[in-house]
Amino acid sequence: MSEFIEWGALAHVVVAGVVVGAGIPALFALGLRLLVLPDGGASAGAGAAESGAPVGARTRPRTARLIGAGLCFAICIGAIVTGIGFLVSGGH
Amino acid sequence: MTETLLLVLVVVTALAFDFTNGFHDTGNAMATSIATRALKPKTAVLLSAVLNMVGAFLSLSVAATIAKGLVDANVITLEVVFAGLVGGIVWNLVTWLLGLPSSSSHALVGGVVGSVLAAVGTSGVIWTGVVAKVLVPALLAPVVAIAVAATGTWFVARLTRGLPQDVTSRGFRWGQVGSASLVSLAHGTNDAQKSMGIILLALIAGGAVPSDSSVPFWVIVSCAFFMALGTYLGGWRIIRTLGKGLVEIDTRQGMSAETSSAAVIMLSSYFGFSLSTTHVATGSIMGAGVGMPGATVRWGVAGRMLAAWGMTLPAAGIVGALCFWLQDGVGGFAGSALVFALLVATSAGIWFASRRKPVDHTNVNEAWDEDKAVGLEPVAATTGAAAPVHVAPVESDHASPVSEAITVTTSTRSGT
Repeated sequence: MSEFIEWGALAHVVVAGVVVGAGIPALFALGLRLLVLPDGGASAGAGAAESGAPVGARTRPRTARLIGAGLCFAICIGAIVTGIGFLVSGGH
Repeated sequence: MTETLLLVLVVVTALAFDFTNGFHDTGNAMATSIATRALKPKTAVLLSAVLNMVGAFLSLSVAATIAKGLVDANVITLEVVFAGLVGGIVWNLVTWLLGLPSSSSHALVGGVVGSVLAAVGTSGVIWTGVVAKVLVPALLAPVVAIAVAATGTWFVARLTRGLPQDVTSRGFRWGQVGSASLVSLAHGTNDAQKSMGIILLALIAGGAVPSDSSVPFWVIVSCAFFMALGTYLGGWRIIRTLGKGLVEIDTRQGMSAETSSAAVIMLSSYFGFSLSTTHVATGSIMGAGVGMPGATVRWGVAGRMLAAWGMTLPAAGIVGALCFWLQDGVGGFAGSALVFALLVATSAGIWFASRRKPVDHTNVNEAWDEDKAVGLEPVAATTGAAAPVHVAPVESDHASPVSEAITVTTSTRSGT
């Protein structure tokens, strides 16, 4: 079977694929969460009641959370730039 | 003289294949963005077309090959390439008519393998290469993509739980369009260069350019242009299947699916284990359904796609072989011209058949009516912003404000 499947390459694709392909959307979601929710994951359980509040009533996120969110989005943008760089370098 | 005419015919056919490639594969990148209304249908295909065009110019390490490592390079003649291209085009058009996404590169490989078989018999085909580089990756690509996209979607669903719906759908719109754009760019780079490689190969074989020539500029421009044109005209039938047929998706699932596609496509070529864009994109969309709590994947539609993937190689191969025999039987340029005329007639026939039940930008997002009885509703309400947290599919008699809003939007759109 090994003559038909390059297991090493396949394993690389799966592992790197999960890290990048699933990690980037997760980071994006995390960034969004840090930006929007005033008290992090604590309110997740009470999501329905909490998010029922009107948009204007949401408190402004604190600086640390803003930085965290910025970092998340920066990594996402970095991943896109890396992807474009990979295409330009002829690595396809 | 006839050699030159044949060369012209091959170049024209290669550009036609390039066109069907763009046409067929728009959905890989843009189906999710269209289905979630992150972009208007026309805007989405325009963006995809522009990015395909840009992608075609991004990297120009073009190799003059066709089906490298799959068929004996010594048996490749202009006639073989021509018959193979016709096989690929016909299969692309048939699957488009049926609204089934199938790999354009596999269609081309199938056509070429078929015409090589007809030309020199089984000795011309490198079977281990066909199994290792075409058949096995075709089985593995959707599995890998489903795993990656399902993991991503699950994390996203978990992390966005409790966030207001308006914020997530607005935020993920950006993420979705960004990741879909990367898929378009990668498609332009990969697939336009395949067509450039075929034309370069034909030009070298026909003696029009020296064998160490790089790609002439007109080849780059015309390949980029025809692929972008195909992309812009949009294979709406395939977009519809991918965006609405497999699974009902929201922007969070759309971003997870497209990021998974972009990552798997590029990583697989980085690690030398190339997977078909179409197979990866389709698998990613299914994965976005698998990973989202409460979402339903229509496995019947998925099964039809898998069947089409399984048939791609033999079906395109049979067309390729028939074309080669016909071409060879009639002989000379007349044979090639006859095959070309048949190709034009077949394409026209398929186009007329498609007009009986047209799918275009106006009805691409209409509700999928495969399983009316099931009454599948959008799962958008699971974010729990405007509706109570509700992880099961929304029952029809329990209409949340969100599903109501979506229903209203849908009927307004389809009414215009």
